[in-house]
Amino acid sequence: MLPRSFPLAAEEPPPFELKGSLFTLTVLHLFQLDRAAIERHLAEKIKQAPGFFNNTPVVIDLEGMANPVDGVDFTGLYELLRGHGMAPVGIRNGGPKLQAAARLAGLPVLPESRPVAAAKKTESSESVARNRIINHPIRSGQQIYAADGDLIVLGAVSAGAEVIADGNIHVYGALRGRALAGVKGDIEARIFCHSLEAELISIVGRYRISEQIDPSDRGKAVQIHLAQDRLVIEPLIR
Amino acid sequence: MGTVIVVTSGKGGVGKTTTSASFATGLAQRGFRTVVIDFDVGLRNLDLIMGCERRVVYDFVNVINGEANLNQALIRDKRVENLYILPASQTRDKEALIKDGVEKVLNELKQSFEYVVCDSPAGIERGALMALYFADEALVVTNPEVSSVRDSDRILGILASRSRRAEQGDPPVKEHLVLARYAPERADRGDMLSVDDVLEILGIPLLGVIPESQTVLQSSNAGVPVIMENGSEAGAAYGDLVDRFLGKNIPHRFIMTQKKGFLKRLFGGS
Repeated sequence: MLPRSFPLAAEEPPPFELKGSLFTLTVLHLFQLDRAAIERHLAEKIKQAPGFFNNTPVVIDLEGMANPVDGVDFTGLYELLRGHGMAPVGIRNGGPKLQAAARLAGLPVLPESRPVAAAKKTESSESVARNRIINHPIRSGQQIYAADGDLIVLGAVSAGAEVIADGNIHVYGALRGRALAGVKGDIEARIFCHSLEAELISIVGRYRISEQIDPSDRGKAVQIHLAQDRLVIEPLIR
Repeated sequence: MGTVIVVTSGKGGVGKTTTSASFATGLAQRGFRTVVIDFDVGLRNLDLIMGCERRVVYDFVNVINGEANLNQALIRDKRVENLYILPASQTRDKEALIKDGVEKVLNELKQSFEYVVCDSPAGIERGALMALYFADEALVVTNPEVSSVRDSDRILGILASRSRRAEQGDPPVKEHLVLARYAPERADRGDMLSVDDVLEILGIPLLGVIPESQTVLQSSNAGVPVIMENGSEAGAAYGDLVDRFLGKNIPHRFIMTQKKGFLKRLFGGS
């Protein structure tokens, strides 16, 4: 199956939109549940740097708990942290019982983070883009997908053909079929073609069908990208 | 070893069987031992166009199933030397075209014939797939209208991805475009696609343009391949097409409207 994680959406403004994003959060590694001790240490920190916690979102990590106990009062813990300027957004680790207790207190359980080194490694291997070069025309009914990279077509993409890429799409010929770039959510993805005659163009699910393409852009060498969540078609400057 | 050529199109009614019959006849007239096979099992037509429908005893499926040998099933054309027809079965369906069986028959034919012409059924199902699977070259027949061109585009994609040559990573099937039922004056008026429009979309070399002609219908009904109709434009166009296939450099005829035809070309007008 091809990834269609971003369902196609017409260009009328929807009331909301769901998108994945990455955040840097402060993690509070909890070692014991002595409320008095926690409070004392917090007060000390704040004394050193007033305003350090200014409604700061934190994740409570329970991995380092010396004596895991069952009946943790998460509601009480939440109040305590709130009272010192922190906004707990969830917990992680800590075993099923602690996690169940956290859920009851309205704290979501976040997935365990992978070791930093491993994460970096996969990132670098992905950044070596796995581009796909097709050196023949793509005919009606054919579907070509470039996973994790760009799709480069040295020829025309016929009406009824579909070219899909996680990255950019380059067509060194006429683009007459459908082209879907950035299908896994890369909003920087673009589509380039020598002659725009497409049935459909799409970047990260934003799409335009043939009759929504300005006639003055048809047959032109163009690039298509997203700007403020809208598809923009620009002539390629030679 | 002979060369296997499929005549295909995707769409029905564009002139595959007419082209198969005339192409095979033209090759045989020029001295090449040629056999033309009807792959349209269940909808047998080639025997009618070739005028041999009364002489069918055994057919392609009988040979595949080992119920007859090739010599029993091949029909020798009475008019043209070196030309043989292998008819389709009318009582079976396309499921009878087993890949191993088709391959065995084609290999045997390639031993004794220089050209094996496979007349494909319409569509992209089993019959059409089997007709093109073993091909070395393909004549893609198209009419100057958008639906026919799109279907030909689809067939070209299948030739490039699902033929034996594609699957085994051999040099690709050599593609030739045959533009049939072309009417220059209607193309000039914009009623139908022009030669250039079709070439731009399909992007494969043009082997021949066959003009729309009453003669095609008449000769089909008479069981005479139109290439044998001396004096007809369609027949002459098929003659040129065969010569071009055999490597001769012949300019395309019948692609200009009549009135700006002869004199203008004579005096260098465009």
